[in-house]
Amino acid sequence: MNKNHRVPSNRTLNAVEVKSKFGAEFRRFSLDRSKPGRFDEFYGLLQHVHRIPNVDLLVGYADVHGDLLPINNDDNYHKAISMAAPLLRLFLQRKEEADYSAFGTDTVTRKKTPAALAAVLLRPDTNKKKPPIIISLPKDFRPVSSIIDVDILPETHRRVRLYKHGQEKPLGFYIRDGSSVRVTPQGLEKVPGIFISRMVPGGLAESTGLLAVNDEVLEVNGIEVSGKSLDQVTDMMVANSHNLIITVKPANQRNNVVRSSGGGATSGSSGRSSDSSTSFYGYSTPGSMAMTPSHIIQNYEPDEESEEEEDLVIEADGGAKLIPQAGARATASTSMPALPRYEPHLDLRPSNGTSASAGSLNARDKGLEGRNLEEDGTVITL
Amino acid sequence: MMKFRFRRQGNDPHREKIKQDLFAFNKTVEHGFPNQPSALAYDPKLQLMAIGTKSGAIKIYGAPGVEMTGLHKDTAAVTQIHFLYGQGRILSLLDDNTIHLWEIVQKENRSHLVEVHSFNLPGRPGIESTSATRVTVMLLKLSCDLLALGTEGGGVHFLELPTLTLLNKSLFQDEVMQSVPEEYKCGKSLGPVESLQEHPQDSDKILIGYSRGLVVLWDLNSRHVDNLFLGKQQLESLVWERSGNSFVSSHSDGGYMVWAVSSSNPCTHDPISSTIPYGPFPCKAVNKILWRTTESGAPLVLFSGGMPRASYGDRHCLTILQDSSHVTLDFTSRVIDFFTIHCTDKDKEFDDPSALVVLLEEELVVIDLQMAGWPTVPAPYLAPLHSSAITCSCHISNVPPKLWERVISAGQQQCPLQKYENWPICGGKNLAPDPKQKELLLTGHEDGTVRFWDASGVSLKPLYKLSTANIFQTDCDHNDSLTQAGEEEWPPFKKVGCFDPYSDDPRLGIQKISLCKYSGKLVVAGTAGQVIVMVLSDEKSDHMIDVATVDLLQDREGFTWKGHDRLPPKSGSVVFAPGFQPVVLVQCMPPAAVTAVTLHAEWNLIAFGTSHGFGLFDYHRRNPVLARCTLHPNDSLAMEGPLSRVKSLKKSLRQSFRRIRKSRVSGKKRVVVNSPTSKVQEANAQLAEHDEVTPVQRRIEPRSADDSLSGVVRCLCFADTFLRDGTHHGPTMWAGTNSGSVYAYALDVPSQEKFSEQSVEALLGKEIQLMHRAPVVSIAVLDGRGNPLPEPYEVSRDLAKAPDMQGSHSVLIASEEQFKVFMLPKVSAKTKFKLTAHEGCRVRKVALSNFTSVSSEEYSENALVCLTNLGDIHVFSVPALRPQVRYDCIRKEDISGIASCAFTKTGQGFYLISPSEYERFSLSARVITEPLCRVDVERPHDLSAHSSSSTTLPPQANGTHKTQAESKSVETEGFFDEMRSALSSPILDSPNSSADITLDTTGELTVEDVKDFLMTVDEAENNFRNITEEDGRPPGILIN
Repeated sequence: MNKNHRVPSNRTLNAVEVKSKFGAEFRRFSLDRSKPGRFDEFYGLLQHVHRIPNVDLLVGYADVHGDLLPINNDDNYHKAISMAAPLLRLFLQRKEEADYSAFGTDTVTRKKTPAALAAVLLRPDTNKKKPPIIISLPKDFRPVSSIIDVDILPETHRRVRLYKHGQEKPLGFYIRDGSSVRVTPQGLEKVPGIFISRMVPGGLAESTGLLAVNDEVLEVNGIEVSGKSLDQVTDMMVANSHNLIITVKPANQRNNVVRSSGGGATSGSSGRSSDSSTSFYGYSTPGSMAMTPSHIIQNYEPDEESEEEEDLVIEADGGAKLIPQAGARATASTSMPALPRYEPHLDLRPSNGTSASAGSLNARDKGLEGRNLEEDGTVITL
Repeated sequence: MMKFRFRRQGNDPHREKIKQDLFAFNKTVEHGFPNQPSALAYDPKLQLMAIGTKSGAIKIYGAPGVEMTGLHKDTAAVTQIHFLYGQGRILSLLDDNTIHLWEIVQKENRSHLVEVHSFNLPGRPGIESTSATRVTVMLLKLSCDLLALGTEGGGVHFLELPTLTLLNKSLFQDEVMQSVPEEYKCGKSLGPVESLQEHPQDSDKILIGYSRGLVVLWDLNSRHVDNLFLGKQQLESLVWERSGNSFVSSHSDGGYMVWAVSSSNPCTHDPISSTIPYGPFPCKAVNKILWRTTESGAPLVLFSGGMPRASYGDRHCLTILQDSSHVTLDFTSRVIDFFTIHCTDKDKEFDDPSALVVLLEEELVVIDLQMAGWPTVPAPYLAPLHSSAITCSCHISNVPPKLWERVISAGQQQCPLQKYENWPICGGKNLAPDPKQKELLLTGHEDGTVRFWDASGVSLKPLYKLSTANIFQTDCDHNDSLTQAGEEEWPPFKKVGCFDPYSDDPRLGIQKISLCKYSGKLVVAGTAGQVIVMVLSDEKSDHMIDVATVDLLQDREGFTWKGHDRLPPKSGSVVFAPGFQPVVLVQCMPPAAVTAVTLHAEWNLIAFGTSHGFGLFDYHRRNPVLARCTLHPNDSLAMEGPLSRVKSLKKSLRQSFRRIRKSRVSGKKRVVVNSPTSKVQEANAQLAEHDEVTPVQRRIEPRSADDSLSGVVRCLCFADTFLRDGTHHGPTMWAGTNSGSVYAYALDVPSQEKFSEQSVEALLGKEIQLMHRAPVVSIAVLDGRGNPLPEPYEVSRDLAKAPDMQGSHSVLIASEEQFKVFMLPKVSAKTKFKLTAHEGCRVRKVALSNFTSVSSEEYSENALVCLTNLGDIHVFSVPALRPQVRYDCIRKEDISGIASCAFTKTGQGFYLISPSEYERFSLSARVITEPLCRVDVERPHDLSAHSSSSTTLPPQANGTHKTQAESKSVETEGFFDEMRSALSSPILDSPNSSADITLDTTGELTVEDVKDFLMTVDEAENNFRNITEEDGRPPGILIN
């Protein structure tokens, strides 16, 4: 810890500016990028600078994508230091009050401003009765894949969502033509189909364990592949690669998710197996988890803007900004009015709506139409 | 979800009606020269020419604009076609030994070609081999009631016409053999029938030539041999002399013989004369010979082939001989067939041929036989588009009359003969109204030429040819092969035709063309990074060209160009003929092929891009304004150049390894299958085999930033719009690359007066990186009302409405995967359509077109037209980007067809269906360019009536009612009754006939309806109603 200099004059290229926030208080200091030290030293430093020596802290930082990621070991601490460019924004929470749902990717994607980020963090969790048992801190990681829509699909099918958040790991699978047998009124019929033919070792697809060689591909992002050629399906998958949702009929049918029948149980399981963003939601507001199929359909929205990486516009002065998606929402909604609206989300908002969340909305509201906002997939993380 | 989206759009009946009025898909006409022609015929009465192709098409041509096409159901090659003179009927023989009868029918007051009968010669009982009944030659008697078929087996069969019924009077070889003297027989067969010719004076007699050399004059009535001609040389063809006193035979040894026919001598052993024109060394066969008498004296002998085997065996020649005049026409492609246009009036004493028409594999050549020196006659259609391979095409609609006249006059000075008055094939009437506006099609070729075509109407006429090779130093001298006269040598060759498949220097190839139709400025860019600015001038000029080099690498390190060198420009001044004359040559370094070019004549600027970057050049001040490198640091392939094999070598190695592996596997498998094994093993083997048949797999990976060739500049555009802020608009330039990058520059262009003093400045305004990284196919700026910006000069010359500069502008960026409209100047996304994500197809070509409604000329819409890699065309509204219609257009396997597609501004398009043919199609319900022609025919309907060649019926009614009869079963008993009743009604548009038409159109629409998922049943009904209401313009009547 001796390496840490709080002297502002010592700012060199090698220094990492740290802005640490705990509650309403800020602390600024800097670290040596080449010698960051160990996590426990860093943790101690934080307790020291905030003068909260005996408080258990949950340390988070905003990464370059605007995601709030945790720092809880040497590895992610070093990563955070190395990625800071040059400012490292830290957010500290009391462990007992911590809101794990704040972490992750989808959660803060939109909320680029510190105010918005803070708004997420500072929201008092009135609904939370007790902190979840920390077995393995699922929110400490970015989601890479999920099984979704278990409750609306036949048990023999599986809908897998792969997240490719600009990470280096390849999607890592190949598809091929093949034929499958369908039961028709005339008897068994051989029909052409698309199959997964190969997995790249170490690729995203393989690492999830949700896709396997010889699984038949039935849909790509909600569009059936039957009648489409291998090249067409390839192009569709590539075009959706930033947020690929594949419905497969696994070759191995023994690991299917077995649904229990019955209303309450179903909603619970579907909540957890549903899209990650919505499942996060489930954690924060377990009481209002009446998930309806209409809600789940949102995964199909063809123009799911929330998941898309936005085009980058670099102004002549060199500064980069992400393209605001103002109008796009409007058109998408007019061209697809048959889509169900996300009423369940809207219903939820008042239940835990606070000044802080309102602030976050206001921040987003600039230049946006109110109704556009309602349909934005990211707003659901309050 | 898709269903939701589209069903909803299909629900608005008002919108559907508008869509029906705006959009309709028709393939309208094929421009150019038919690919792989295989047969030729001519009807001297109707003055129509027919060409058959290897793909089974029959095309009929008459006067310019008179064109008809028929396609056989089977795609077998057409080997022979024959007109039933004056009847508007055609017989075709296909490769599969079937004979088809076609008729020109009148429908809707227009002529069409329709197949009415077909016939297959049955095998002779007792003879198993089907080759014996394979038809080798057909003879259609002048009376048109009898068809004689010569076969491989040596038999001659007779069919009654037009019913194509086999008559029981076949002539077999044994019958002929009886009269052949013993010493000639020597136990050998006579061979296949090689030629059948009707006696010119006595229609009962036919001349039968057998392959072995025997020629027989056969009397059809008495069924006996009149004369025998014991030829000993293998026969190729026969032709009568007009009087019937003699005939000429051509032979496989390169010679021809003249035989006298006399009734006194039934068995002739020797010809009057025997000549081998190109002897004495061995010659190739004379495939076909024509013998035409002339009033002036010596007969005209025309024959193909017969060249000395050793020295000129590879030439494609046709010889014209008359007295001492001897010309060997030397063609660049194979002679398919030829005919002469001559007097066929029986009362006249001489043939007096006026023209020779030669069908070659790659072009049609017509020789004027009446003019001294036998010059060629330029053809008003069937232009050999591919005389040098087409490398790009560009369409200019609504050409101002001033430019049109100047281009035509430039063309006429190039080729003074460019008049079509003496075109000899002039049957039929062109009913198409004169085109309202002039359209130019510009084609760029491999040899560095740009050809200007009149694309206003059905026949694509050559207007002007521009060569860019003369400004460069190339190894070979660029003498026009056309003008090269034959040297003093034997045979006296004369080069004819313009098909020249050999490119002197591939670097000369034209890649991109941009023309400003108001100022007559043209920019042509080629394979070696050359960008040539040309100005249209009516005067001859002798001047130096300014040369500038633009380094697009911009001192990027670590790149070494491994491709071709730049083309060295000629030093000193060059003489230029009137027409487009080069003024500035910009050479990109490295000299990679130019991938995009654009011109703004009002600002005196050109922009060009290669696989390395793009540049901006002020051609007024001869000053480079900007050069920007777009290369990705990791992109090594960009430096390989087009001639490099590194990439393909790697690929082919991989493929050959795969092949080896596969063959090993399959070899093993065969053993397994053949060995006696249990059922289980067999089933396993089958399973394994099944797995083996699907080796194709595709990797699913998003595009990454360092994909190869990511720096290729795909499109460039100039626009006067808002880039820096929302209040000041100004000149801008936009460039899009293969990796989804868009660069936008604000340009500081001095006013017209200050052009010479002040230089143009370019300032990077915005840089957009599309996150999906797909190649940017097109960029267009839309004004405040969502309309595309007008072209340069259009506003200043009051030719277009000024764009809306009040409302906020937007930019439409079309990538291979999606379309996006961004608001300007903030570049915020407004609308988009993700085509690939929805349909699995990728964008290949896009254009903004204006569609005018059929119901009102006042109403028009702008639309984004898009051709995908699957060959289908999607139309989207602009700027809302909502899908409107979708049509299947090109087969997805036809990659060159898709790559060659060019759209017009009024909703038409062109694409290459073969190297030599453009298919023209229309997406607009209003703007359709299709053949609208009429051939009036006199056709006897029953055989008894036919002997009197003049019928009392008016030919029009005749044709029209024939249509009706044909559409029903012709074979029925009530046929003639029906005919009579139909003829008694004088109204052409009888309810019956209109019923026929509506049937046709609904049939057509149903097919479309099925294909087009956007259409609902209601819509189809709408469509149908709409079309029936429309007068005289139902889509899809044309048979093709």
